[in-house]
Amino acid sequence: MEKKYLIQEFEQVTPEQLLPRVKEMKKGGYRLGQACATKQADGNIFVMYSFDLDHVLHNLKVNVPADLKLQSVTGDYWSAFIYENEMHDLFGITFENLALDYGGRFFKVSEPTPWNPQN
Amino acid sequence: MGKRTIIPFGPQHPVLPEPIHLDLVLEDEVVVDVIPSIGYIHRGLEKLVEKKEYTEMVYVIERICGICSFGHGWGASASIEGAMGIEVPERAEYLRTIWHELSRIHSHLLWLGLLADGFGFESLFMHCWRIREHVLDLFEKTTGGRVIFSVCKVGGVRKDIDAATLKEISDTLNALKPEIKKLTDVFLEDASVKNRTVGVGVLTKEDAIELGAVGPVARGSGVYQDIRLTGNGAYHELGFEPMIEEAGDCYARTKVRIRELFQSIELITKAVELIPEGPIDVPVKGNVDGEFVLRLEQPRGEAYYYAKGAGTKFLERMRVRTPTNQNIPSLVKMLKGCDLADVPILVLTIDPCISCTER
Amino acid sequence: MSYVTKSPWVIHYDGSSCNGCDIEVLACLTPMYDVERFGIINTGNPKHADIFLVTGSVNEQNKAVVKQIYDQMPEPKVVVAIGICANNGGIFRECYNIMGGVDTVIPVDVYVPGCAARPEAIIDGVVKGLGVLAEKRAAMDNKSAAPAAAEPKAEENTETEGKEEA
Repeated sequence: MEKKYLIQEFEQVTPEQLLPRVKEMKKGGYRLGQACATKQADGNIFVMYSFDLDHVLHNLKVNVPADLKLQSVTGDYWSAFIYENEMHDLFGITFENLALDYGGRFFKVSEPTPWNPQN
Repeated sequence: MGKRTIIPFGPQHPVLPEPIHLDLVLEDEVVVDVIPSIGYIHRGLEKLVEKKEYTEMVYVIERICGICSFGHGWGASASIEGAMGIEVPERAEYLRTIWHELSRIHSHLLWLGLLADGFGFESLFMHCWRIREHVLDLFEKTTGGRVIFSVCKVGGVRKDIDAATLKEISDTLNALKPEIKKLTDVFLEDASVKNRTVGVGVLTKEDAIELGAVGPVARGSGVYQDIRLTGNGAYHELGFEPMIEEAGDCYARTKVRIRELFQSIELITKAVELIPEGPIDVPVKGNVDGEFVLRLEQPRGEAYYYAKGAGTKFLERMRVRTPTNQNIPSLVKMLKGCDLADVPILVLTIDPCISCTER
Repeated sequence: MSYVTKSPWVIHYDGSSCNGCDIEVLACLTPMYDVERFGIINTGNPKHADIFLVTGSVNEQNKAVVKQIYDQMPEPKVVVAIGICANNGGIFRECYNIMGGVDTVIPVDVYVPGCAARPEAIIDGVVKGLGVLAEKRAAMDNKSAAPAAAEPKAEENTETEGKEEA
């Protein structure tokens, strides 16, 4: 059995390229594994979408613009609503056209959006 | 069309050891819509990366969940090792694999018990948990803990298992086989049990793929998916084929887990035969500067561990995506159209782990 | 009116525990430790329960739930905080969404430390809780025997006897 877990592909895309790229992934039969945001040391946030095809991982990274707005991928991958709501509640990122929007009530936290750079 | 009623399910509910809340929209007795809401156990432990050094973070991540705790410890260590480019000794990989498969056995037995409790078969529940205690004894003997082990660390494992104990592990498990068989036959053969599971909560293969189901939920719907196939740990040498069932109902999901129980025993037996001699850890120096995404097949399915460092002793990000998180959309799909009385069983068949989901 | 002396019914709620203590609570009921043989039953209904077992610490979302379960339980009642998280927040103490131990929301009578607390320790904690239950009952009896006497002083929980090394 080959060690497929060692294959690490990271692809940087711009916010405008994200949706077209995600549509391609969907056509290519990729499965959405997860999405998460990371706040870097310089305060900027990037979002990473991980896709899987035949047990090989492919990650898309997109830097979040200063207005903290991104297009939702729930149009292609409905199950992403969990991750996008989570990122909204923890990082303060707003996703446009979110298929199932909890309106900030997905996680009820005592400290709102703890990772938000604007806090 | 009947009148619509909304029934809140949880967070404190007799079948749920953990709090999850579902708003069930009913028409008469049939569920037509489900709105899941979580957040009762959200601790925000991922933010502890700012306060705990990367070596300590392993123990925090391990405490995401007390059932798949070993896997979380392994995932956190291995993702940090990946980011640092550390190669772990073979023996450590084997030991991790053995403990991980033991976790799977204890987790599946635990789940079978909860399922039995869910459909009201109390004594079956008790027997599942009785057998599970033997597995916990093995854990206690080799790691010192029953549910939280803290035996994985960055660079390897903290404890070795000597040859005699390794043999005892495989002997004990193989001796348990007939007992497990007797027990699981009840789940697979008993008419009254099958009444509750066969044809209930069908998730088609298309839906499972579309909604991104993972683990036994996906395999129960005929999806060829098992992260052990990526060859992490010792799996690339042990080799194995995932357990696939086609029906997609509760019965199929139960059967997948039962077959995996026996498969795990086989894997451990084989690992005990093949385990090489050698060191169990390598020294770890320096700070994490890089990133790595590691996936593990937890008892509940695929889990993601993403470690990213920026050259300091604190990580920039330690992200864990757990299997239940990914299975919630499938659960919502399954629940639509089922009877109210089947809701507890259906919630149980995705083997929900809420502590994992919310972290 | 008679009260429970040796076989309390317990109710369990998972605050924000990692599950470790939860499954150990369940393990107490199953054949290896088997407290059910003493008539101790895990009930899902707060109104049936004498002892409230809380695992994990309290957060913003569940503090109302914990409080509600506590309020619904009939007097006399005992709260046992199981595991270090329920005691004071444990490893998660510094997390942004953790308020601290269970005693930040409801009065706790017995503390069982451990990560995760072992079944033996949990059983010890419940046995200790029985003693507290008896004291509370005696206090209630005194109160009803002499209704005109002293104000609701007996209501006060007998409070912790420090952290019991269970």
